[in-house]
Amino acid sequence: MAIFVNEHSKVVVQGMTGAQGAQHTARMLRAGTNVVGGVNARKAGQTAEILPGQRLPVFGSVKEARAHTGADVSVLFVPPRFAKDAVIEAIDAEMELAVVITEGIPVHDAAAFWAQAVADGRTRIIGPNCPGVISPGKSNVGIIPSDITGSGPIGLVSKSGTLTYQLMYELNDIGFTTAVGIGGDPIIGTTHIDCLAEFERDPGTEVIVMIGEIGGDAEERAAEFIRDNVSKPVVAYVAGFTAPEGKTMGHAGAIVSGSSGTAAAKKAALEAAGVYVGKTPTETAELVRKVR
Amino acid sequence: MQIRKGGFGVDLYEYQARELFAQHDVPVLPGGVAATPADAGGVAAGLGGKVVVKAQVKTGGRGKAGGVKLADGPDDAARQAEAILGLDIKGHRTRRVLVTEAAPIAAEYYVSFLLDRARRGFLAIASAEGGVEIEQLAAERPDALATVPIDPLIGVDEVTAASILRAGRFPSEVIDEAADVLVKLWQAFVAEDATLVEVNPLIRDSGDRIIALDAKVTLDDNADFRQPGHAALADDQVSDPLEAAAKERDLNYVKLDGQVGVIGNGAGLVMSTLDVVAYTGERYGGVTPANFLDIGGGASAEVMAAGLEVILSDVDVKSVFVNVFGGITACDAVADGIVRAFELLADRGESVKRPLVVRLDGNNADEGRRILDEANLPGVVRVDTMDAAAEQAAQLAAGA
Repeated sequence: MAIFVNEHSKVVVQGMTGAQGAQHTARMLRAGTNVVGGVNARKAGQTAEILPGQRLPVFGSVKEARAHTGADVSVLFVPPRFAKDAVIEAIDAEMELAVVITEGIPVHDAAAFWAQAVADGRTRIIGPNCPGVISPGKSNVGIIPSDITGSGPIGLVSKSGTLTYQLMYELNDIGFTTAVGIGGDPIIGTTHIDCLAEFERDPGTEVIVMIGEIGGDAEERAAEFIRDNVSKPVVAYVAGFTAPEGKTMGHAGAIVSGSSGTAAAKKAALEAAGVYVGKTPTETAELVRKVR
Repeated sequence: MQIRKGGFGVDLYEYQARELFAQHDVPVLPGGVAATPADAGGVAAGLGGKVVVKAQVKTGGRGKAGGVKLADGPDDAARQAEAILGLDIKGHRTRRVLVTEAAPIAAEYYVSFLLDRARRGFLAIASAEGGVEIEQLAAERPDALATVPIDPLIGVDEVTAASILRAGRFPSEVIDEAADVLVKLWQAFVAEDATLVEVNPLIRDSGDRIIALDAKVTLDDNADFRQPGHAALADDQVSDPLEAAAKERDLNYVKLDGQVGVIGNGAGLVMSTLDVVAYTGERYGGVTPANFLDIGGGASAEVMAAGLEVILSDVDVKSVFVNVFGGITACDAVADGIVRAFELLADRGESVKRPLVVRLDGNNADEGRRILDEANLPGVVRVDTMDAAAEQAAQLAAGA
């Protein structure tokens, strides 16, 4: 089993004809993802050769792509200045899922498309500024490498891309139902809590790995949610124990302000909710093996 | 609820924030910024009468630190500026002062708009009890302030603004005029792509005018592409020479105070690397990381060389830990990058004299390791797990 994407997911790529979009569409296809086409109003009606000998149709709009292909998932590689309109187009087309890979989207734009998605109530948004979501062996939507691990009983949710890869790698002998990179921006469409709820419901997921980092209070709120709603074992890792206050560490989200949002506060909140917290990625992987 | 100001982006100085407010018709007092006592006197002369001289630093607690002074006229303003300029306020050196008219304050209020991560939208905060630390007010008397979620699709009009202020217990006689100011503040928040606009205090003066006496703004640098005016607001004051050197090379670098230089790919993995180095460093006399450096996905030779250059120019660095997980980037490309970085540095007449511990894992790791082994670079040690590599780097730093 899996969450968010599976072998039935039909994926349309917004921004497929750009360099990044084309490269990652090729990788998604090679990973077995059912990519049914791309969207680019200026190239509507054309086809694009994504893999040698394999051409995909380019549609004028997400709505059109959906009508012709039955696509239910959109993944976005469009540049930041066009991202808001592109996400709203996916929402208007009533896509079930829009995975926003684009980095550098203004937060006012993210707030706007998130509010639109909530108002319409049909589209789940993952990201922005995220590596996407993979259900190994079934579907890979985004830029997570598909060859790190196969399928298995672990569900993973993470703010950080490379830490996701690291944990998937350390546990690739066990395998994953789904790994979700939710992104590190201040406003994101799908949160730790959303993923925890889905993994709890998913019969294939036996243990949940949650990766957090300094900044905000998403991990603290997730801890509260776990305490009240999650029966499956949860193992967490939090990065940024040694990060100095007031410094931004790469992600916009990774900034500690004052005493709140620290890794220590997050660890304490998670442990109080019965979550096992590893000190390092490797120790976290060992904890997963123990609780399984 | 817990109030947490700021969030992310670029914090402005008060004089810059005040300028933005004025551009959006948020009422501010007449005034000007000065970098010398003479200029401060000149601004005061232009204003006439009593003035306030305020240190321009990006931190709170200016008043307590002696950074805000009343002056009788131009000469006094110059004297006060002389005392304030150069003042160290919580580690921030004062390089400019803002000189404004002195307002006859009748009442002090608080208003702000900010990013609300939890609700994934925006929040208005208002209180009729301004002029104090808002975090303190929120902790001690939460009833005294109103926090109102704002729908980004609707925004803030006069009616919404008035209801926010009523919730913040503003006196009814000021609500109309204050609501007008709040709407303009919201317009500034949106038009400037801000993540925080804060006025503390917003005052009613003895003539019943509503004026923003202070201005705090944080801008979203992701919006720079559509905010051409924001480039001029970038801080020209760089605190650390190594961070300045890294910025020149477009590197995502933060200077820390330890001995192990760290290079990695991905912000999360690098933060994690810092933690692992610090943990293992406890066993080696308290060795800690010397920096944060995320070279991103590509990890090209040029970026690797630039990163090594900055890290090796840090005299505190005793060893370097390169921690790369090959995701999209293959490890052989990263290994090539390291080898060519050594060549680039040699071409520039620099040699790597401190030990380098390299951990490559993930995509094509075997080939990457082979390339490193064959290159046999001086001082380079290959360790294949993150924890063991961190330990080796800490040990080398402690023994140096």
